[in-house]
Amino acid sequence: MRYLPLTDADRRDMLATVGVESIDALFAEVPAAAQHQGLLDLPLAMGELEVERRLAAMAAKNTVAGAVPFFLGGGVYRHHVPASVDHLIQRGEFLTSYTPYQPELAQGTLQYLFEFQTQVALLTGMEVANASMYDGATACAEAVAMAGRVTRRNKAVLSGGLHPHYRAVCETYARFAGNKLEVQDPAPGGGEDLGKLIDADTACVVVQNPDFYGEIRDYSELAQLCHRAGALLVVVVTEILSLGAIKPPGEMGADIVAAEGQSFGNALNFGGPHVGLFASRERFVRQMPGRLVGETVDAEGRRGWVLTLSTREQHIRREKATSNICTNAGLCALAFTIHLALLGEAGLTRLARLNHATAVSAAERLGAIPGVKLVNHSFFNEFALRLSKPAALVVDALAARGILAGVPIGRFYPDRADLADLLLVAATETVTADDIERLAGGLAEVLR
Amino acid sequence: MPSLRFTKDHEWVRQEGDVAVIGITDYAQSQLGDVVYVELPEPGRHVEQGKEAAVVESAKAASEVYSPVTGEVVAVNDDIVADPAKVNADAMGEGWFIKIRLDDPKQLDGLMDETAYQAFVAEQP
Amino acid sequence: MSEWSQALSGHPEAGDSATVQTISGNRGLQIEEGLLFEQDSPGHCGVDLPEPPAFTSRLGGLDRKDPIGLPGLSEPQVVRHFTRLSQKNYAIDSGLYPLGSCTMKHNPRLNEKMARLAGFADVHPLQPAATVQGALELIDTLAHWLKTLTGMPAVALSPAAGAHGELCGMMTIRAALEARGDRRSRILVPESAHGTNPATAAATGYTVEAIPANSRGRVDLAALRAKLGRDVAALMLTNPNTCGLFEDEILEIAAAVHDAGAFFYCDGANFNAIVGRVRPAELGIDALHINLHKTFSTPHGGGGPGSGPVALAAELVPYAPVPWIVHGPAGFDLAEHMAGDAAHSIGRLKGFHGQMGMFVRALAYMMSHGADGLKQVAEDAVLNANYLRVRLAGALSLAFPGTCMHEVLFDDGFLKDTGVSTLDFAKALIDEGFHPMTMYFPLVVHGALLIEPTETESKASLDQFASVVNGLAARAQSIKAEAIKAEAGKAEAGKAGAFHAAPRLTPRRRLDETGAARKPVLRWRPAPVQREAAE
Repeated sequence: MRYLPLTDADRRDMLATVGVESIDALFAEVPAAAQHQGLLDLPLAMGELEVERRLAAMAAKNTVAGAVPFFLGGGVYRHHVPASVDHLIQRGEFLTSYTPYQPELAQGTLQYLFEFQTQVALLTGMEVANASMYDGATACAEAVAMAGRVTRRNKAVLSGGLHPHYRAVCETYARFAGNKLEVQDPAPGGGEDLGKLIDADTACVVVQNPDFYGEIRDYSELAQLCHRAGALLVVVVTEILSLGAIKPPGEMGADIVAAEGQSFGNALNFGGPHVGLFASRERFVRQMPGRLVGETVDAEGRRGWVLTLSTREQHIRREKATSNICTNAGLCALAFTIHLALLGEAGLTRLARLNHATAVSAAERLGAIPGVKLVNHSFFNEFALRLSKPAALVVDALAARGILAGVPIGRFYPDRADLADLLLVAATETVTADDIERLAGGLAEVLR
Repeated sequence: MPSLRFTKDHEWVRQEGDVAVIGITDYAQSQLGDVVYVELPEPGRHVEQGKEAAVVESAKAASEVYSPVTGEVVAVNDDIVADPAKVNADAMGEGWFIKIRLDDPKQLDGLMDETAYQAFVAEQP
Repeated sequence: MSEWSQALSGHPEAGDSATVQTISGNRGLQIEEGLLFEQDSPGHCGVDLPEPPAFTSRLGGLDRKDPIGLPGLSEPQVVRHFTRLSQKNYAIDSGLYPLGSCTMKHNPRLNEKMARLAGFADVHPLQPAATVQGALELIDTLAHWLKTLTGMPAVALSPAAGAHGELCGMMTIRAALEARGDRRSRILVPESAHGTNPATAAATGYTVEAIPANSRGRVDLAALRAKLGRDVAALMLTNPNTCGLFEDEILEIAAAVHDAGAFFYCDGANFNAIVGRVRPAELGIDALHINLHKTFSTPHGGGGPGSGPVALAAELVPYAPVPWIVHGPAGFDLAEHMAGDAAHSIGRLKGFHGQMGMFVRALAYMMSHGADGLKQVAEDAVLNANYLRVRLAGALSLAFPGTCMHEVLFDDGFLKDTGVSTLDFAKALIDEGFHPMTMYFPLVVHGALLIEPTETESKASLDQFASVVNGLAARAQSIKAEAIKAEAGKAEAGKAGAFHAAPRLTPRRRLDETGAARKPVLRWRPAPVQREAAE
């Protein structure tokens, strides 16, 4: 078997050195009843060719985003990742290395994570960021928990504009931690008054910007209301590229930012693995979950990096840890760092403008179709359309025509008839004028 | 001369009138390694004997500091928050943590004296 | 030495490699590399993008005004930067990582190729089910393999890492207890447990009590029985445990836990020892998380991403987190809401469906090995660990007598009176070209050294490792011997100093972790701009 270096001769020699007759002797402490005789009912070993054939067959049953006009967003965005990114992350020293607990052997990992932390802090306008979380949704739940620790309160107000998956994960975590959530109704078109929901028990208010429907708002006033009441403002960002074009949460007075970084460096991957971003004010850093990389010097006075403030984490604090987290997003964070390094300031702002321009063009073209109404006042690269027919049916009909038209919001709210006609459409730099025409044509036909 | 008392968790207590000054022992700081951070309670807080009153962290470990006595926190040592190295340099003196107004001064009688504590330390693995 | 090399080294300016001073600070292939932010060419870009057509902004007047502060570099500069960084890392591709309970096995590149098939990588989680049948089939197939390997009837696939899987398992347990009106408040965890276990228990709203180990390194069954009661919700156990030993009283443990009305959670971090040979369901386990990045070779990637699916016994299945993969008349579909069969689900634990990229890699690995290969994996892993045990037990102090499973535990008894700590010993190993073994874990022995070679190490690799470790141990021992001979009483500073100074050959020496924690510097900041006294 190609991955197993031991030969039968090796095994014989080694068993003799160990001083046992057979390998079974080394499993003697396992209750006989629990040891499976023979082989489990699974296929036998396959060579590469066979594995490729079978998996390629499964892959071929999926409609690939790049092969059709593609307009899905809803928290995962299709962007072009430069070719160098994937090559660099596949270098064995990045791909197959372990968590940098021995810093002398891991300065590569530690340095790029320090660069990543800096990039995230700069993008979000916040003072400090950690070395990544599993994804945006779990980062959001951890932000709520952190706000509770900082304020020593246990109630959180969640905006109706928060991504439904993020809201759902917060609900799960809160239920088991014994925290209270006040979840607002979904609010396409706005109209929430979150300020009046803040009271002496509120640990934080959680908003998303741009929100789930794509609307962009300034939360500076809400931040002030929170602070006056001793509460924190948590801002969620699901499309991190938007921060290349719009006012960042840090400038609005956010205390914690929980975001999804998938748009830089990471493919759609059917939803995972992605990369959670987490940033906050510096004075809260000891309450921050996840890993942190810090700068230091070595025994010869040279600059280097180490994991730091580890005493917050599970391997030391155990049941008193800020979180039970052990891994970060590792390689996905590296891909983010490399992509952003390639873009730089100029490239990021241009890419963001390109996305917005594409979305503006799409919104204009689609909004002009009978039976289609744009809901948003503002948007970055994603907006909501109200259709004259149920969005899910429209999407299915268009899929049958080879067009992936967007995300029907009803998928997230199956019990809300009033949301069933809403379609979320994303238009990134990967969308062409031709794609928009095909979608427009298809929509016009289906809505006739 | 105010006598020192000790707990099995390596805290020391020195009585000054109706106030007890508390810190961690020299043995404790040597076990912990370089102290990097200290979390102290707020003055006014009421603490109970045996319950967590503070946290002391080194790069590799975090330890609870349990209050050896019951009473109200009247002062905390901000110096060790600003410069945690003081805990290592002078654990028994300048590295003090908390001052507590004792609810019951007789509580100190139940704690180890210096001789008993030295014997206790000698037994540690 | 040959004439040729004598001529070179006899040269007055030759020196030896350790004392060479270079102008650049580089040392041959070890090249110094600053931060991205220190290489900024403002306006520069490593990506060519078209100029956007004219448009009317719909950003609601919230355009970003100030510069972000990101550096500009060309592609060659970026590639060189990250290539140089990579060269400062050790990796499993470079050499053995004997890290206990991490299962640092070879990461097959076939897995990478499969994960990058467009049909898996360029597919959006919210596409209509009819357009992603292959992706759903892959997840379902992986679930089938995991169910068969564990013997459990269902697998929750969304948790993003082992610790996340623990959270999932413990939440389903709490939900099951609440559903039967049973409010329990305590979780029992062995002293030897990984830190995530008590952290997870606390995050699930429970208090944690530790169970001591007995003299054989296993859970003390009597102590466990004494602590079980009407308010214990579950026991969280790792098996084989973190001392590398199989909990041989596991059937009695399971019975005691169940008799008390509690659940039995198993941390599957050490599944590599028993995969294909033992099914956890037959040990009485109710929930078990699997680390795909350990047992099933998905790459550690410098710290992530992971994937921690949780196998569940029948009683816990109704509480599994959404989404569930379901089979309908039109093929595969996703149950994403707490309705129908999933009405009692604990809810969602992550955005979207789970770590699909890791699912593809793990399935490629499983298919490559097959039932026969996977069984061989466990056997070779256990054989390799025992081989090291026997090769090292003479010079090092074995923590527990008898055979081990896939990892072997030593304590620092062999370093007594040498002035060399477990940490120093590990740092000396770095200069020898090895990543150190796990140190100071588990906490049940003093100065622990936990070694897990995995099945993908050759006998030659193990022999080399053993000879180096034995050599270092002998060096440490010689310090003690000399001290005794000199009647100095304590180890001589100079000899132990070689260990204290290690590592000396790496790009950086030992780093000041105290300083990093006292005054945390967690990001780069531009140097303050010099203000001219104008006006």
